[in-house]
Amino acid sequence: MSASGKISRRAFAGGALALLGGRAFAQGFAGLSETADGYAAVVPGKRFVFPADHGPHPEFRIEWWYVTANLKDAAGAAYGAQWTLFRQATQPGPALEGWANRNAWMGHAAVTRADTHRSTETFARGGVGQAGVETAPFQAWIDNWRMRGLDAFDADHVAPVELTASSTDFSYSLRLDADRPLVLQGDAGFSRKSDRGQASYYYSQPFFKAAGRIVIDDKPADVTGLAWMDREWSSQPLASDQSGWDWFSLHLDTGEKLMLYRLRQKDGANNLFGNFITPDGRSVEIAAADNSMTPTSFTDIAGRKVPTAWRVAIPARGLNIETVPLNPKSWMSTGFAYWEGPISFTGSHRGVGYLELTGY
Amino acid sequence: MSRAVWTLAVLLSHWRRHPMQLATLLIGLISATALWSGVQALNQQARNSYDRAAATFGGTRTAMLVGSAATFPQKLFVDLRRAGWPVSPVLEGRIQIGGRSLRLLGIEPVTMPTQVGNAPTLGTANLQAFVTPPGQMLVSAETLADLKLYEGATPLANDGTQLPPLRVQAQLVPGVMVVDIGIAQKLLNKPDQLSRLLIGKDRGPRASLQSIAGDALRYVEPDAATDLERLTDSFHLNLTAFGLLSFFVGLFIVNSSIGLAFEQRLPMLRTLRACGVSARMLNTVLVAELVSLALVAGLAGLVCGYFIAAALLPDVAASLRGLYGAQIPGQLSLKPAWWLAGVAISVSGALIAACASLVKAIRLPVLASAQPQAWHQAQRRWLKFQSAAALAVFIAAGCFLWLGDSLLAGFAMLAALLLGAALLLPAILERVLSLGERGATRPLPKWFFADSRQQLSGLSLALMALLLALAVNVGVGTMVESFSRTFVTWLDGRLAADVYVNAANDRQATEMKTWLRDRDEVQAVLPGGRADTQFAGAPLEVLGLPDHTTYSDHWPLLESIRNPWVRLRAGDAALISEQLSRRMNLSIGDRIEVSAPGGDWPVEIIGIYADYGNPKSQIAVNYAALTRRFPGTPQTRFGLRVAPEKIPPLLTAMKEQFSLDDRNLADQATMKAESKRIFNRTFAVTAALNTFTLGVAGIALLTSLLTLANSRLPQLAPLWSIGITRQRLALIELARTMSVALITALLALPLGLLVAWCLIAVVNVKAFGWRLPFHVFPLQLMQLLGVALFAALCAALLPVIRLARMHPAALIRIFANER
Repeated sequence: MSASGKISRRAFAGGALALLGGRAFAQGFAGLSETADGYAAVVPGKRFVFPADHGPHPEFRIEWWYVTANLKDAAGAAYGAQWTLFRQATQPGPALEGWANRNAWMGHAAVTRADTHRSTETFARGGVGQAGVETAPFQAWIDNWRMRGLDAFDADHVAPVELTASSTDFSYSLRLDADRPLVLQGDAGFSRKSDRGQASYYYSQPFFKAAGRIVIDDKPADVTGLAWMDREWSSQPLASDQSGWDWFSLHLDTGEKLMLYRLRQKDGANNLFGNFITPDGRSVEIAAADNSMTPTSFTDIAGRKVPTAWRVAIPARGLNIETVPLNPKSWMSTGFAYWEGPISFTGSHRGVGYLELTGY
Repeated sequence: MSRAVWTLAVLLSHWRRHPMQLATLLIGLISATALWSGVQALNQQARNSYDRAAATFGGTRTAMLVGSAATFPQKLFVDLRRAGWPVSPVLEGRIQIGGRSLRLLGIEPVTMPTQVGNAPTLGTANLQAFVTPPGQMLVSAETLADLKLYEGATPLANDGTQLPPLRVQAQLVPGVMVVDIGIAQKLLNKPDQLSRLLIGKDRGPRASLQSIAGDALRYVEPDAATDLERLTDSFHLNLTAFGLLSFFVGLFIVNSSIGLAFEQRLPMLRTLRACGVSARMLNTVLVAELVSLALVAGLAGLVCGYFIAAALLPDVAASLRGLYGAQIPGQLSLKPAWWLAGVAISVSGALIAACASLVKAIRLPVLASAQPQAWHQAQRRWLKFQSAAALAVFIAAGCFLWLGDSLLAGFAMLAALLLGAALLLPAILERVLSLGERGATRPLPKWFFADSRQQLSGLSLALMALLLALAVNVGVGTMVESFSRTFVTWLDGRLAADVYVNAANDRQATEMKTWLRDRDEVQAVLPGGRADTQFAGAPLEVLGLPDHTTYSDHWPLLESIRNPWVRLRAGDAALISEQLSRRMNLSIGDRIEVSAPGGDWPVEIIGIYADYGNPKSQIAVNYAALTRRFPGTPQTRFGLRVAPEKIPPLLTAMKEQFSLDDRNLADQATMKAESKRIFNRTFAVTAALNTFTLGVAGIALLTSLLTLANSRLPQLAPLWSIGITRQRLALIELARTMSVALITALLALPLGLLVAWCLIAVVNVKAFGWRLPFHVFPLQLMQLLGVALFAALCAALLPVIRLARMHPAALIRIFANER
């Protein structure tokens, strides 16, 4: 399997059906940069409408609902939880009823503790009800994993919601509340991924407060903390020469939020993108030239060398931090394997967040 | 090392001087290995295909959920998934292509549990092509060839539906077509319906089945043995029993030729020891010699076994298809394990057969002289033990009969019976010959009997082989003939209609019936129908018979109440098949509940009929009642009563009118011929193995006689010297062989009939669920007797001719030689 065969997060794409059932996926990451013939194009200037845009956009090739949570139990021990639902069209065209639907769904879930990381995945075909997203009332599900709008659900806040997932050796159920509306990423929700037109629609809810219960090996822990939801859809988010990415979502203790990622190119050049979100929810795109992301420590995991600790600097914002993982072995051993886990950081700012490393 | 090579060379020189002995040894080993491995190859081939069938997308090897009716709504699948159940849907049905009925499986590759064998190893592009309409239809290479189609073809089903392009999937069993679940729902016209849910690996907590599906679904444990395996077990046991019999008969040959070779080589061994070859070296070389001979013979036997299996495979496949509907590929594919096992059995067989001789060689004192006579004497003492053992074995046979209730017990009883008879044979022959000796007054006859008795031990193994082969031949022959006769009569009753029609669908059937009612030559249209359901956890066929004199006059019943056909009209009574009656211990007057779509259907049993060749249990009910209780029953099959001379023109007219071919339209004569052809093939294998066994027994007799001929010269030479001519001596020798063969054959007849009775009354009943009337066929017995004597004659002729032409000098030399 080539290095480009391991990708995930915002990266689930191209030929995802091949992933389904966990079978070998030869095309791998290349799918993300497949040409988007027959699918809708991502263009600047879209007006987002909620709750409609919480639902699927079958005219686009790929799409995801992505939640990460940084949590603590009563004794102060740190936990992380991840919940992801991916949709991918297998063929251009409208979604059909029944088995002929032309959409495949994939779910990833994980929990992390300093000494433990558990991950699992599940797959479904669209059209029959095994997986899907509905807007009224809001619910996104695959099998018995759910993100479900609760009473008094506010579409602009995407809250309150209940988030559940389970596997043989872990499960969690979290309630997510938000007192501020969701935030558009990139340029008013248009997130450019290369100079050649690759882009996605992208919004987040970084202001979730989470409370609930995580069970690992039948041992429950009541937890509270912060959570972050990303929503993104596209038809061709990556350029053909991009091999993977390193992606941060950070909760600064000032109440600010930072979304920052680096797209790695096969020629070694990197593109940095990011948005700085003020505590009142204003989202400002960060100019690439201002920032730096430098790996400071690598972890050997699953036969790969993965940069799990970083120095991040945004001089214009006076930000200069060092990140460390809660558990350097936060490896997602799913059909697409990648690293994703909770981190904490110190320096000019303190706080917690999530890091995703793909394409290693 | 060079000493070992020289020793081996000296030992091998024996075979150069006795090429016939070498030949018999090799023939014995080859035939033992060949028949055994041939049978094993057939069994392996069949079992592999059962495994493939069982593993095909969740056969019985996977835990699953099934509904009470044939299908259930797809919503249950979604509800269960959303409650944490790792289930994957399957829809099963049948599809007709060009008159062939194939099993269609709709699977869902995304949720398909990975532990289910044979999940399609589809690449990315293939998986997409598989699920995206028009999809793909996966078939085995055999099915493709059977349909005379090529990969990528899109055949039409009989109802005119265009099927997805065919693609070969190597692991699939023949006769199965696999498509995506969505495509299967369309092809079978069962939108949003499923047949079963396969349960995958546990995915964490899940709600109880009851809370999600209520009573709609039932959990079925994974089953290690499939229905097919259970059904066909008897068939394979049968084959194995024959293989084992042949193997032992082959070992008889090996034993007698090795025994003699060792005895003859004793002077040589002694000389070698005297020359300084250590006992250890000698034994090592002897074993090495034997093992290399066994390896050569084993390999040759395997090649022969391969050809035997390849020759029998079409018949075996036809039998299994005819009897059980099991699909076996026609191409032999053998695993390396088979070759290894074959060679191993050849070597171990040779070692077992040579065991006694080897032990003796190990203990050989340097100065011992050759004692072929003493060897025979020792054999004689052994006879007494044999008789005692025979008694014990007979008692065991009795125990198996009284206490055993399984097929295996049936076969064990058969084996014990045969073994006991074989063990007893030398004692009986000894008794008969000593009676003759007592009766004889003149010296030559007295010598004849005395000498025959003395020879007995050398011949007894070959005679035992002959006895076994003959008895099994008589037994199997009688059973097959009984079956054949019963089957023909039964078929005449069962196929009572004159013309059989199978319409493509209900619409065409209605059109046909309308058209036929206007034809004067059609005396009656007899609708028929069949529904599949479950009874006591096993599949049950429900056959609908119209209320017509054709059935009441002809349909063969084994037993029934008075006027069963009148009683059947009411719709609350049924005739049941003999298999069902035996399996569930049901008899007339009992009531059973048949599960039907509208709820359980209670019926009273009013008769029992033979249903030969059907592995499933069956009941026959009134046709109108069947269509009421099973509204979905296809009404496409029906029979016609037509005056015989008007059948051909009617067939022609129907073929033209409805564009039918021979597959949808057949007259009674054709159907009968087809049934008999299937029947005959079913026993072709048995007959072939029978012949092989008899052949091997003949060879065993020949080799024994040949080896004896040499050692008998010291007995014959004195007779010759007192004036009995060589020709007369040869005739006496011939008479002796023929008389012991005759006695053996005569003993084999009652034993064979006993074997036939066991087969019919015990083995068949357990294996197939039916019992045939027992007939004795004297003509067949006479024939076999003739064959046996002819075989004995052939075997005896060569040594006798040799004796008749023996140079007098050879006889004189006897007095000079040590022996």
